[in-house]
Amino acid sequence: MPIFSPTEIAKEKVGAVQDYSLLAGRSLTNIFQQPRYFADTLLQADSVGVGSLPIVILTGFFTGAVLALQTSSTLQQFGSLSLTGKLVSLSMVRELGPVLTGLMVAGRNATGMASELGSMKVSEQIDAMRAMGVDPTKKLVTPRVVASVVMMFFLSIISDLVGLAGGFVISYFFLGLDANQYWTTAYQALRFGDVFMGLGKPVVFGFIIASIGCYYGMSAKGGTQGVGFATKQSMVAASVLLIVTDFFLTRLLMGFFQY
Amino acid sequence: MSSLAPQVEQPESRASQSDGCVIRFENVEIAFDHPVLEGISFQLPRGETKILLGTAGTGKTLTLKLALGLLKPDAGRITVLGEEVTHMREQDLFELRRKIGMVFQESALFDSLTVEENVAYRLIEETGKITDEIHARVLEALRFVELEHTVNLFPAELSGGMRRRVAIARAIITRPEVLLYDSPTGGLDPVTSNTIIELVVKQRDVYQTSSLLVTHRLQDAFTMASHYFDRQQNKMVPATDGNVRDLHTKFLILRDGKIIFEGTVAELLRCTDPYIREYLS
Repeated sequence: MPIFSPTEIAKEKVGAVQDYSLLAGRSLTNIFQQPRYFADTLLQADSVGVGSLPIVILTGFFTGAVLALQTSSTLQQFGSLSLTGKLVSLSMVRELGPVLTGLMVAGRNATGMASELGSMKVSEQIDAMRAMGVDPTKKLVTPRVVASVVMMFFLSIISDLVGLAGGFVISYFFLGLDANQYWTTAYQALRFGDVFMGLGKPVVFGFIIASIGCYYGMSAKGGTQGVGFATKQSMVAASVLLIVTDFFLTRLLMGFFQY
Repeated sequence: MSSLAPQVEQPESRASQSDGCVIRFENVEIAFDHPVLEGISFQLPRGETKILLGTAGTGKTLTLKLALGLLKPDAGRITVLGEEVTHMREQDLFELRRKIGMVFQESALFDSLTVEENVAYRLIEETGKITDEIHARVLEALRFVELEHTVNLFPAELSGGMRRRVAIARAIITRPEVLLYDSPTGGLDPVTSNTIIELVVKQRDVYQTSSLLVTHRLQDAFTMASHYFDRQQNKMVPATDGNVRDLHTKFLILRDGKIIFEGTVAELLRCTDPYIREYLS
């Protein structure tokens, strides 16, 4: 009997992708079916949105600040220090705002969802739910997916804003730039495509974070060790998938908006 | 031990309902890494209780999960309340499962909800909130298991036995047509086990609900087969008081994925199969 069977491993991976796709698909189709759990969705929105606000504000602010700090020396060499606002604005809105918010929310919420649903799975609470005629994908997965998608959208806007504020603090107090100049260049640099990219990505990221977290939670097995494994895997998978998706999404949108 | 076997009678109330089977297994097979159930067939007539016995890993819990449609068999047919669950879509199964009550091995109470919310879970699903009527039904169900005072507590604040009783209350609140008990006394002390079995017997004799009970505790199985619930005394009493009674309780013994015995307690005690003799001893 072979110790390592590539066929079995491939089958397992394909099976996992299939299960994930089915769960992710069902989480979306459930939106158009009764019953809808508004109260659960609001509860999750509070947990994902309000709960993640402090870390999103902190990372957003300091990312904007460090961006201004790092790029100022290069821009100064070309005598373009006045473009700091434009650079911070474009970087935050198009890329860093959505991605860093996504990573922060993934770290906090994908793991939270995986561990919560994983604990329910191993203690037969999910089976109990099914046994009582309640669809766990409707009750547990869809509210988390909807809440994450909506909240990621708003959290990214907040992250962009505080990132710009962070860049402004550095530009105004340390680089001696004019406030009006900073905000004007930051504002004028943005085109429709940039804003679309900055607001479209978080929606996709929110879906990835919640669906991955729920998938690992719902497929947890083997007691507390299994829950720990599911939690860890959800963080790794959500972060990697988020970065990979970001690349393809950026390429797609850049082509669409003809950058 | 023969005194445990009650005399048989068919009361009218049950006879009128006993014209159909609530659960029917036909050549059901399921395997994971190895075959677990191999062509098992049995029926649960309406109003009857079947006790599934067997050593650990013989597929007792699996049988309940198959009956509930939580798992699909590899082969064979399972019919529950007249509907074939074998090829039923999950969405359609939810509808059927609302007519079935299940008590899980470890209670499976929702730990973030209070006892009231746990017991009322199915009803809240329909109305969206706890109404006065639902509250009254929760109290009635909790009164049945004598845990009315725990209504606002969380599962973590209850003992193991109390959690099982709450799980029973949750299973019976909608007055299901079939009840499935998965080792309701597993891991409990003898006194608490007896309390749980008394509740199961009470449900059987007062509401005459068809049920499938999994256990590996022979003592519980024989208690069920030899006692009935006396409504006047409001307690479980031995069925050896001279009156003729049919307790509508039969045994099913699983071994290596096959049913090796099906019958009444009297037939079980007369059985000469060496494995069963050893199992009973």
